[in-house]
Amino acid sequence: MNLILFTFIVLLGFTSYYFGRRKAYTIQSSNKRLTALPQFYGYYLSIWCAIPAFIIFSLWAIFEPTIVKLLILSDYSNQGYLDDELNLIYEKTKALSRGQFTGEITPFIEASAEKYFSLRSIAQSSKVVIVLSAIIASVAYAYKRISSNSRTREPVEKFLNAVLFTASLAAILTTVGIVFSLIFQTIDFFKVIPLFDFVFGTHWYPAKAFVRDSSEALDPTMYSDTFGAVPIFAGTFFIAFIAMCVAIPIGLMSGIYLAEYASTKVRQYAKPLIEILAGIPTVVYGFFAALTVGPFLKELGTSMGLEVSAESALAAGGVMGIMIIPFISSLSDDVITSVPQSLRDGSYAMGATKSETIKRVVFPAALPGIVGSILLGVSRAIGETMIVVMASGLAANLTLNPLESTSTITAQIVVILIGDQAFGDPKTQAAFALGMSLFLVTLCLNIVALRVVKKYREKYE
Amino acid sequence: MKKNGVKMIKIKAKDVDVFYGKKQALYNISLDIEENQVTALIGPSGCGKSTFLRCLNRMNDVIDICSVKGEILINDFNINDKSCDVVRLREKIGMVFQKPNPFPKTLYENVSYGPTIHGMAQSKQEMDEIVETSLKKAALWEEVKDRLHEPGTGLSGGQQQRLCIARAISVRPEVILMDEPCSALDPIATAQIEELIDELKKEHTIIIVTHSMAQAARVSQNTGFFHLGQLIEHGSTDKIFKNPDNTKTQDYITGRFG
Repeated sequence: MNLILFTFIVLLGFTSYYFGRRKAYTIQSSNKRLTALPQFYGYYLSIWCAIPAFIIFSLWAIFEPTIVKLLILSDYSNQGYLDDELNLIYEKTKALSRGQFTGEITPFIEASAEKYFSLRSIAQSSKVVIVLSAIIASVAYAYKRISSNSRTREPVEKFLNAVLFTASLAAILTTVGIVFSLIFQTIDFFKVIPLFDFVFGTHWYPAKAFVRDSSEALDPTMYSDTFGAVPIFAGTFFIAFIAMCVAIPIGLMSGIYLAEYASTKVRQYAKPLIEILAGIPTVVYGFFAALTVGPFLKELGTSMGLEVSAESALAAGGVMGIMIIPFISSLSDDVITSVPQSLRDGSYAMGATKSETIKRVVFPAALPGIVGSILLGVSRAIGETMIVVMASGLAANLTLNPLESTSTITAQIVVILIGDQAFGDPKTQAAFALGMSLFLVTLCLNIVALRVVKKYREKYE
Repeated sequence: MKKNGVKMIKIKAKDVDVFYGKKQALYNISLDIEENQVTALIGPSGCGKSTFLRCLNRMNDVIDICSVKGEILINDFNINDKSCDVVRLREKIGMVFQKPNPFPKTLYENVSYGPTIHGMAQSKQEMDEIVETSLKKAALWEEVKDRLHEPGTGLSGGQQQRLCIARAISVRPEVILMDEPCSALDPIATAQIEELIDELKKEHTIIIVTHSMAQAARVSQNTGFFHLGQLIEHGSTDKIFKNPDNTKTQDYITGRFG
């Protein structure tokens, strides 16, 4: 029903565009100069069609359920029901009217359901009537107002401005909403687990919290050795460090090659090929690490008499590094290419060779941008989940041996939130606390990275 | 400098052709450049004067599609020969560009760049001396001696260009090529640079490309006029400006085209 109405309104919008433009042509043909191009008159009428429709739809969506609920429950007032019971009755009514009710049907509920059904259909049909009449009225009003000297360009531009503003506002509000949901859960978590234990504790074993009998009262002391985040923070930075050890040299050197040495033809093919690496889903990297690199390292280690775990930090970090190569290579290529040719010429003219020029002039000039690209790479490494979950194990070992398995913040969030979970449980809230700390770390890195990149831009533009 | 009344020829270009891909940019240029003189190359935009200048220190090597034919003899040695070491050549032939292009390093590092890559100083003291002499010769020392360790990009346009000149002369080149060195500068900075050029010609041979005929007349002793990739006329600046042989030269000098 709503879909048909919506389609109809869109059609009305197009029709009013057509009418607006036609009226503009008529005015033009009577040798009067218009204040805007004819299509602006069309857009103007379409806007007059869209705005009332949008307003009425939103009002309906907000108020209809509340009003219907009030009307239904007015039958039960003064009968001594509690609020919770009333809510239950309302839910039962709704379920019955949709034919999804499975319990015992009482005559009361049945009557309410019938009433609910009829109220809903009245609401629907009145919505159609109101929306359509409002649209027709507003379009007709606007149509009458169009004359040779009416202003249509400004309202249309303002409307576009408002639409674009709303879109960016939606994106920002979503971010804010996510951050707030993290904050509140995190605060709840720290009400049970002391911040000190979380930041400095060296044992991370959230499964222990889940074993707790639900009838037991919450006793904070029993968590004292459960939510110590040091091992997983250490694991996170350790794996990120291994990844950057792979990604920085390879990415940087391939970036320098692409920007300075590669001929146009090589560059034309090599750059997209490297960027394909960035398009591989991380889950593919994950099983590449878990099923190919991990076992390979284990065998290699065994043949050299080393004890290597099948799920090792080295396998996960190494593959993660490969994943990050294209970011660093592509970004540093861009940065190096944007170093002005005049600097290179200046250096060549002094008799410097190509490698001297790169080492002494181009690289220092591009350094801030390169540092920025590296920091962006680091924040990706820290936020990466799939590869670690699949290739580095889920037990939070506090170790600096790359051949052992270790775990990261992201992997632990996955572990905590897979399967059964209860809201308000410290174990679930631990995920939010971890998410929050992860968010803070990557936020700081991104801010620093963007600052550095911006500073670099100011220098040459 | 005259030896027995005969002017010494520093650079001798013979039948130089330059191509950008398939497009020919210079046709059969033959030109003698006298030692310790300022030679100005003038002509309308796109006539090939900068291209010719860049042949003299093989800067055209940097451009992939560019190829140079013919002989360019500097001190009787053909720099287009395979045996020519470009690094040594550019040590001998310095260059100053149209837009000041100091490196994003300190003033000191800018000037010490050349001596460092050519291993010209054995000690910190020697390097300090080279930097000081070069900046003095470029008439910049007094203005910057207290801030040698600040970035070179913080100077004004005219100062930056003098810094680039100091950088170029730090390796004591025999020839300095200047590609419209004043086109991005104001009249006062231009006057300073022109004064400097006059001073520098005592020790260096200078070739300057310029759009300003007045500048060519002021600073140069010899002038070459380029048009559409050909060297139309060259000779002493006096002659070119007062009594040119070619009508095209006459038209350009008097501002009838270009």
